[in-house]
Order: sequence, then C-alpha cells, then structure tokens
Amino acid sequence: MSILTWTYITVGLSFALYIGVAIWSRASSTSSFYVAGRGVPAFANGMATAADWMSAASFISMAGLISFMGYQGGIYLMGWTGGYVLLALLLAPYLRKFGRYTVPEFVGDRYDSQFARVVAVFCAIFISFTYVAGQMRGVGVVFSRFLEVPVDTGVLIGVGLVFVYAVVGGMRGITYTQVAQYCVLIVAFMIPAVAISHQLTGNWIPQFGFGATISDGPNAGRYLLETLDAIQRDLGLPEYTAAWVGGKKSMVDVFAITLALMVGTAGLPHVIVRFYTVRNAAAARWSAVWALLFIGILYTTAPAVASFARVNLIQTLNGREYSEVPEWFNSWERTGLIAFNDKNHDGIITMDGDPAINELDVDPDIIVLANPEIAGLPNWVIALVAAGGLAAALSTAAGLLLVISSSISHDLLKSFLWKDLNEKQELLAARISAAFAVVVAGYFGIHPPGYVAQVVAFAFGLAAASFFPVLVLGVFDKRTNREGAVSGMLVGIVFTASYIIYFKLVAPGADASQWWFGISPEGIGSIGMLMNFVTTIVVSRVTKPPASELQNMVDEMRLPTEGPAVG
Amino acid sequence: MTEAVKPTKPTAPTAPTAPTDEQKRASAYWRSNLRLMAALLTVWFAVPFGLGIVFVEPLNQFQLGGFPLGFWFAQQGSIYVFFVLVLVYAVRMRSLDRRYNYE
Repeated sequence: MSILTWTYITVGLSFALYIGVAIWSRASSTSSFYVAGRGVPAFANGMATAADWMSAASFISMAGLISFMGYQGGIYLMGWTGGYVLLALLLAPYLRKFGRYTVPEFVGDRYDSQFARVVAVFCAIFISFTYVAGQMRGVGVVFSRFLEVPVDTGVLIGVGLVFVYAVVGGMRGITYTQVAQYCVLIVAFMIPAVAISHQLTGNWIPQFGFGATISDGPNAGRYLLETLDAIQRDLGLPEYTAAWVGGKKSMVDVFAITLALMVGTAGLPHVIVRFYTVRNAAAARWSAVWALLFIGILYTTAPAVASFARVNLIQTLNGREYSEVPEWFNSWERTGLIAFNDKNHDGIITMDGDPAINELDVDPDIIVLANPEIAGLPNWVIALVAAGGLAAALSTAAGLLLVISSSISHDLLKSFLWKDLNEKQELLAARISAAFAVVVAGYFGIHPPGYVAQVVAFAFGLAAASFFPVLVLGVFDKRTNREGAVSGMLVGIVFTASYIIYFKLVAPGADASQWWFGISPEGIGSIGMLMNFVTTIVVSRVTKPPASELQNMVDEMRLPTEGPAVG
Repeated sequence: MTEAVKPTKPTAPTAPTAPTDEQKRASAYWRSNLRLMAALLTVWFAVPFGLGIVFVEPLNQFQLGGFPLGFWFAQQGSIYVFFVLVLVYAVRMRSLDRRYNYE
C-alpha cells in the first residue's frame, strides 16, 4: 500500500479513537470541565502531562534542531526536562493542596489581590495563545505533506477535532484523550528510532546505539559519534560533540537559555494545571515522577535520532548525482523544506560548511518526519509518524485552549464581570470561551504571525519571569505579600518583554556583542526571573506582612493532608 | 470545593503563646521537607549546569563507551538524574508523610 493510503488509515483510526475517548469521558460540571473532577490517577495524569507538554516542537522539531546544533542541542533536552524537578519539588504538591481551578486564581487568593490575578490572567492568555498558534501550524504542515491537502484545510480539520473534544470534553475529556495521544505519539517516535538504531549500529536501544559502533560500511567498527565528528570535520563544519566553537552560542548563553527553559517550563500554566487534576498532594508528586518517565523516554531518544539522522542525511546525499536522489527527496522538495541549488553546475550535491559552496538547504523540521524515509523503512512506519506528529500537536493545543477558556470564564467572567454566574451558566461560558479560543487559534494557524519562532522565546521568558517566582515564594516565604508579588511580576515582565521586543522586533539586526552579559533574548527570562525574585523579596520586607489568615493558609498548604485541618 | 484551603481565623487570637504539639509536628515536618529539597535541588543544579555545561570540555576528555562524557551528561545523563531526583523525592516524602502521620 502507498504512504498516502497508510496515512489515511493511521490518522483516521487515531482520530476516531480520540473522539470516542472524548465522548466517553465528557465533562458535566465546572469541576470536571476545569480539573477533571480531581479524580485522575497519578499514572494516567503522568501520561496526560507528557502529551500535554510534548508539542509539535518536541515531536517534530527538536530532534532536527539537535541534529543541526550537535552538543548545544542539549539546551532543549536539559531545559525541557529539568523544569519537572522544580515542578515536583517546589510547586505541584502545594498548588494541588491549595485547591483552586486556575493558576491566576492561586495568585489572586494567596496574595489577596485582584490586580495580581488580572496580571496573571493576561500572562496566562498571552503565553497560551503564542503556543497554540505554533501547534495549529504543525497540524497544517503534517496534513499538507502526508495527506496532500492544503495547509489551510489541514488546520481546519485540526480545529474541528479539537473543537469536539475540548469544548465537549473539558479537562476530563482532554485528559483521557491525551492519554491515548501519548500512546500514539510515543509508539510513532520509538518505532523508527529503534529500527534505525539497529540498522546503523546493531543495537536495538537508541539510547545505547547512539554511543555504540557503526555496524556496516566503510566506517564499520568505529564509534558513531566519533564518525560523525569526522564527517562534519571533512565538510568544514564544527565537530558534532564539540561544545564551544566559533559560530555557536557562548557558555554564558547556553547556561542562561537552559535555566530560562527549565524555569519557564515550571511556570507554564497549562503544565501546572495538569497537577490540579489529581486526588491530593502525594498524587501530584507521583504524577511528576510518571510524567518525567514518559517524557524522558522521548527526550533521551531524540538526541540519538538526531545523530542517526545526521549521519544518514550526509551519507545519503553528499556527493550524489541530483538525478539519482531517492524519491523522498523529491516529495520534500515540493514542500520547500529541502532545496538543492547547484552552484557549480556539476549536477552533484555538495554539502559544505562554507555557505558559498554548500548546495543543500535542509529545514530542521523535516528530520523527524523524513527520517523513516531516509532510512528506507516501510510505508506504514512513515504513516505512523504522521499520526504521532498530529497527536503531539493536538494534545498540546487542547491543554492550552483549556487554560485560555478557564482564564476567561473563571478568572475574568466569574470573578469580575458577572459574579452571580451559577455553575450551569459558568460551564456554558467555559464552553463558549473554549470554542472562541479554538477559532482564534485556527485563525493564527492559517495566518501565522510572521514571528512565531520569535514569540516562543516570549512564552518561556514570560512564564519564567512572571509566574515562577511568585508561585514559589507564595509557598515557601510566608512574608511575601501583595505589594511584593505585584511589583515582582511587573518588574520581571517589563524587563523581559522589553529586552525580547528590542532585540527581536525593534533591532533584529543587533548582534551578540550588544546583548547584556552575552545573553540572547531566548535566555533573558532567567535574568527576568532573578529580578522578579529580588524585587518580590525586598518589597515584601519593607511593607506590611500579609494578614495572619493568609499566613495560616500558607501553613495549611504545606501539609499534604486531604482537606483543611479541622481536628 | 470543600477540600480547598480557605483563609482561617487564627486559632489563638491572643498574644503569641507556646506552640501547640500540632504546630510543632507541622514545623518539624516542614523542616525535614526543606532539608530533603535542598539536597535534591543541589544535585538538580550541579549536574546539568556543572557537568553538562560549565565543565563539559574537561569532561569530554573522558569517554563513556562511544560518548564524550560531558556530551553524555548534556544529552542523556542529566535527564536520567532528573528522573531519579523526582523519584527519590516522591519516595522519601511518602515516608515523611507516614512518620508525621499526614497521610
């Protein structure tokens, strides 16, 4: 059967599964719409968190980026997993114990400030919209390559599907659909990785194959990474495993970006909210263990895939006659994501570190999607990867849309504009806001703002510089008060946003020598976070301590018992 | 939402008095939690930022199978360490919860 037929089968079956799961587990109350009735077992929540967290970026783009960045691709690997340690130790158990529906609600209640809550709502909505636009775009790209429909039609199909299960299913529906999506995406990621690892190194486990020797060909018996370093050197490119070489990021910047990604992860509302859905604080800790296990499976495989793909890509294409390229090359050429520009008119593809000689441009995004084809795996594997990419994008989109809808219906409508909303009306409002958010997200998917990649730095930087410090201090420092939290958030947001806007939009041509302390806009969230911490602590110390009721509330939050201690 | 934490009136509205047994138990529990967290967070910081970034070049002089060691910490080892940290935290906190009778 052809790739197209297989893709229709795998994508059709997986979509039918998601809709079935969503209908079976649909929400019927505000508690089940916002937090799945707080009855999700830790194991299932771990899987749902993994799918919620691993987006189109993790599934489709990350291995490709690492493939081109080599050692420095580790910023994503360490940054996007290390945040779970912070979540598990500093936030998840306490926020769960506090027992609210949204992150802004925690901020508002802990600091007894509606203003702080509003600031938090706008951050949550901004971060989530930024993110969701990228997911919708990912859905469109997968559809256009594998199902041969225009990107816009792909986005509309994705919007329709998310509409069904986010609007009808709420958090409960989303949770169990995410469990199904995790299973689809991890199988889709692992099968080609295992097959290629075995093909190249004779080792079935990619995490080990990556450090093993090559089994066939001219380099047989030589370590894979050593070979890759040598191949890169021959092309005039930096060695794959080398850390600090010309043209790459500086150590300070790698440090700052990794920290910003970790802290940003721990401050992302759609991730935090997942821990609200379990039974108690202990279950929140165990959820983090399961989540990191399920995420770690993909994250330890991705760098292996990256190095396998790099070796295969160079060995397959470098020095080959253009007229003899494999079929996958032509099908990706049509998407514009791979391009051959025969500069010396010899009809042979030349790869080189010198851009004036190099004739092949490869978009990192195709590495994971084209990897099975490059390795010559069967058509059904290629189709499965398409279903996996869609699962990753849709599960993350649904989690983000829920944050947007609960921010609107619960934090803005119910607590400000329309306080006497009853439960049934609030549920309706939540569904309408979810529907509205889906439509807006779809619009951004079809008409992506030209700066999607730039605004992603914003999402993490803002999460790191706004939420993380006030959440952590809200639990660990009883002395932190309203004045401290509000000024800390404002300082963090204003500083981080101005730095990113300046270097990304106002003066995009500015080079690294103008960065403060050598830190790029991607990493500046870590400085914003430190400024927020310092401001919050200092301002809290020079103003009145929080009321004793609030301090008692913090004491209560620190205990892992089920409800308020009543006796 | 009966289980949510609500602001409660202080139990002893009079001037500060000696802490009750209940308060002593809570603060002993919290101190043990903080000690455990401090140890785990030190490792959380030292492994990726120390071994994976700052000392990556000296460590790359050593090989772990086919991996330069620093490279391995940046792309594999840190993730394994993170998993062990959250696992240790969940297990140790479960026994702390039991010891202080907070299940």
